[in-house]
Amino acid sequence: MRTNIFKKLDLHSYKLRKFKNKIFYILCLSCIIVAIVPLLSILFEVILRGAPAINLQFLTGNGLHGGIGPAIQGTVILIGLTGAIGIPIGILTGVYLSEYGTNKYATWIRSINDILTGFPSIIVGITAYSLIVIGLIGRFSPMAGAAALSFMLIPIVARTTEESLKLVPNSAREAAMALGIHRWRTIISIILPSAKGGLITGTLLAVARIAGETAPILLTIMGSNFFFQGFSAPMDALPLRIYLNSQLHTQIAQTQAWGAALVLILIVLTLNIGVRLASNNRYRKITR
Amino acid sequence: MTKLTGDNIFKCIVAVIAAFAAIILIVNAYVLITGSVRVFSVSGFGFISGRSWNPGASTFGVLPAILGTLITSGIALLVGVPLSLGIAIFIVEMAPRAVRVPFSYLIEMLAAVPSVIYGLWGMFVLRFWVLDYIETPLNTYLGWFPLFSGTPTGYGFLTAGLILAIMIIPTIASVSREVISAVPNSIKEAAYGIGATKGEVIHHWVLSYGRSGIFGAIILGLGRAIGETMAVTMVIGNAAGAKGMPVSLFQPGQTLPSLIAGGFFDSQTPLQSSAYIGAGLVLLVISLLINIAAHVMVTRVLKVKGGAIE
Amino acid sequence: MDNIKMQSVDLNAWFGTKQALRDINLSIKTNAVTAIIGPSGCGKSTFIRTLNRMHELAPTAKMTGQILLDNQNIYNPTVDPVMIRRRVGMVFQKPNPFPTMSIYDNVAAGLKLTGAHKDKNLDDVVKHSLQQATLWDEVKDDLKKPGTSISGGQQQRLCIARAIALQPEVILMDEPTSALDPIASAKIERLIVELKKNYTVAIVTHNMQQASRVSDYTAFMYLGSLIEFGATKDIFESPKNQLTEKYLTGEFG
Repeated sequence: MRTNIFKKLDLHSYKLRKFKNKIFYILCLSCIIVAIVPLLSILFEVILRGAPAINLQFLTGNGLHGGIGPAIQGTVILIGLTGAIGIPIGILTGVYLSEYGTNKYATWIRSINDILTGFPSIIVGITAYSLIVIGLIGRFSPMAGAAALSFMLIPIVARTTEESLKLVPNSAREAAMALGIHRWRTIISIILPSAKGGLITGTLLAVARIAGETAPILLTIMGSNFFFQGFSAPMDALPLRIYLNSQLHTQIAQTQAWGAALVLILIVLTLNIGVRLASNNRYRKITR
Repeated sequence: MTKLTGDNIFKCIVAVIAAFAAIILIVNAYVLITGSVRVFSVSGFGFISGRSWNPGASTFGVLPAILGTLITSGIALLVGVPLSLGIAIFIVEMAPRAVRVPFSYLIEMLAAVPSVIYGLWGMFVLRFWVLDYIETPLNTYLGWFPLFSGTPTGYGFLTAGLILAIMIIPTIASVSREVISAVPNSIKEAAYGIGATKGEVIHHWVLSYGRSGIFGAIILGLGRAIGETMAVTMVIGNAAGAKGMPVSLFQPGQTLPSLIAGGFFDSQTPLQSSAYIGAGLVLLVISLLINIAAHVMVTRVLKVKGGAIE
Repeated sequence: MDNIKMQSVDLNAWFGTKQALRDINLSIKTNAVTAIIGPSGCGKSTFIRTLNRMHELAPTAKMTGQILLDNQNIYNPTVDPVMIRRRVGMVFQKPNPFPTMSIYDNVAAGLKLTGAHKDKNLDDVVKHSLQQATLWDEVKDDLKKPGTSISGGQQQRLCIARAIALQPEVILMDEPTSALDPIASAKIERLIVELKKNYTVAIVTHNMQQASRVSDYTAFMYLGSLIEFGATKDIFESPKNQLTEKYLTGEFG
């Protein structure tokens, strides 16, 4: 048995196997390169084509003067409104799932949350349009846009919160309980503060993602040339402005679209990179 | 009998708030169902199987959009899955420690780029790459083959599918990365122990052990691709109705989200709005099925990761 | 020289900055069983893993010194670890049959990598390996079942068969019975004694009785150093070093 044929086979096939191993390595390496090319191209093009559009008039003027001031303002308002609605609900949902989430009800909520994170964004747009633009207010409204975006924000924030809170060691909970502190006090004054880093990181990343969403606001705030005009009037936002301008076939409109894209990508990437540099990478996976 | 203590009150409050997720789901389903009653009562099953979309004549059929959704998502998976797996494998098993984190960051940046910017880049950059380097050559030499027929413009299923491929890479790659990291060391060691090369260990053992999780990741990516709206709307060419029935990869078409995004505002009658909402309902059903499947698969794998299988 | 199969020369190993092995010089004789004993954390597992270059798979692992196999340094840059692992097989602490493969495929896996699946002898090799591992009679009707469907002791013998199938020259065993019950352990021990007829065996164990039962030579390690090495009989009956004696009499460990 000792000197059977397999020894020879071994040597014979070995070079081929080694070659295949090398090819496999090269293939995997090229995958990463192929994926990074579009990223670099996007950044390059946005800067190259967007930068010429940028000036004070462009950033602060209204639509009639060729500016994207209303869009920037609108995006800020949307982030504020959406955050005000979505973040508290999302965090409290996450608190429930993490601290009380062992029962069947919580399992259901957790599953629904997961499913909602993959929800088509255009659908929440339709819903907010039907409920608020047609129903409650009867007009295009920043509130409808914020509602649609909240539908997307809540599940993400709930999930990041749950995962951050789960990283707080159980000993912290037990120690507090052993001191006779009520559970709800423990959660509010011990567990939430110790998970603060993760909560802020996760929430900001979620907000960054929502800030770039277009489909839900396309159907709810309609777009406008003017600065904020109240809660029952159309409003503009950066992603929407990019889309609407891209559909116009004039050079000026397209340059403005790229300029707006540059501003948007700066906001989104600054949030992303800043948050990631400021924290360690424990929370990354949540915002895929 | 539970006493009314601070603890119980707090628990009740957060439990009630947690119900929001369910409410969101129910409200969305309710709005879409009630909103599309009108079009289903007029068109019946023809709404799903019909090829023509003519708001003026009140004929509505979403078959071309359903097929377009499936085709673009199919292209996305075909191109995106191998890339994502290669990336996940490279980051977990091959890359030197020092570059793992930077590489992961770069891939995750792909997820941070807003879809409307993908769309803009698709319209002005990717479209021409596709037109010049893929469509024109294929059309010139293989134009007799239906898939490559027609007049290439760069707007169409292929470009939309490719842009989706890029967009789903971070999703599939990051979940696959976790799945691959969860493969027990003991299995890899045993495989190295019988003299497998690194490539063989990954191919025969790591991927095989993690296949259900990777499958879940792929389904998750599919869910993303199917629901993606803006980027697709901007590059698919938006050929409505029968013109959008897919024949060639290079031809303009329609997906369910692009149909809604592109036309919802042009609806002038309640029936027309109802038709777009109906398209949304079809999209919701497809997306829910896929997301539920992905959720079940990914959760199962993460349970395994928790130590159930050694 | 004649009957030394493997040898470590001035072997030092680290995990990160933590030194796991210090100047180990040890010879493993052909067709004999060499046992490596010592308290937990003494470096015995690390040592055995340097013998087939498994140590370097740990992310922060480093080492210096030489391991000679038939007088050739296996850490020579021109030597491929894959080839070394074909010649020096390994059985692990916990039975780790491939969960996604059948019993048959578990044994055949290594050979299939080399393209042997085209060969009709494969069935024979699988059968022979399972017989040598004294598992054949128990599984011959269940070869298609998953490798994880059998008992722990059977799984460990399956892992031994998996190593044997490659016709290695040396078989390394890292505490092969620590996860098994006494009856299954006894079977493995009998098997180890059988194996030395055809193979050179090195076994790490924390069970002194096991070492005395199965091995011809015993090495005692403590805190990463080799304290004493010699014929098993000598080590157990008249240890020269005080530490060895203390360990063997159960004063620590």
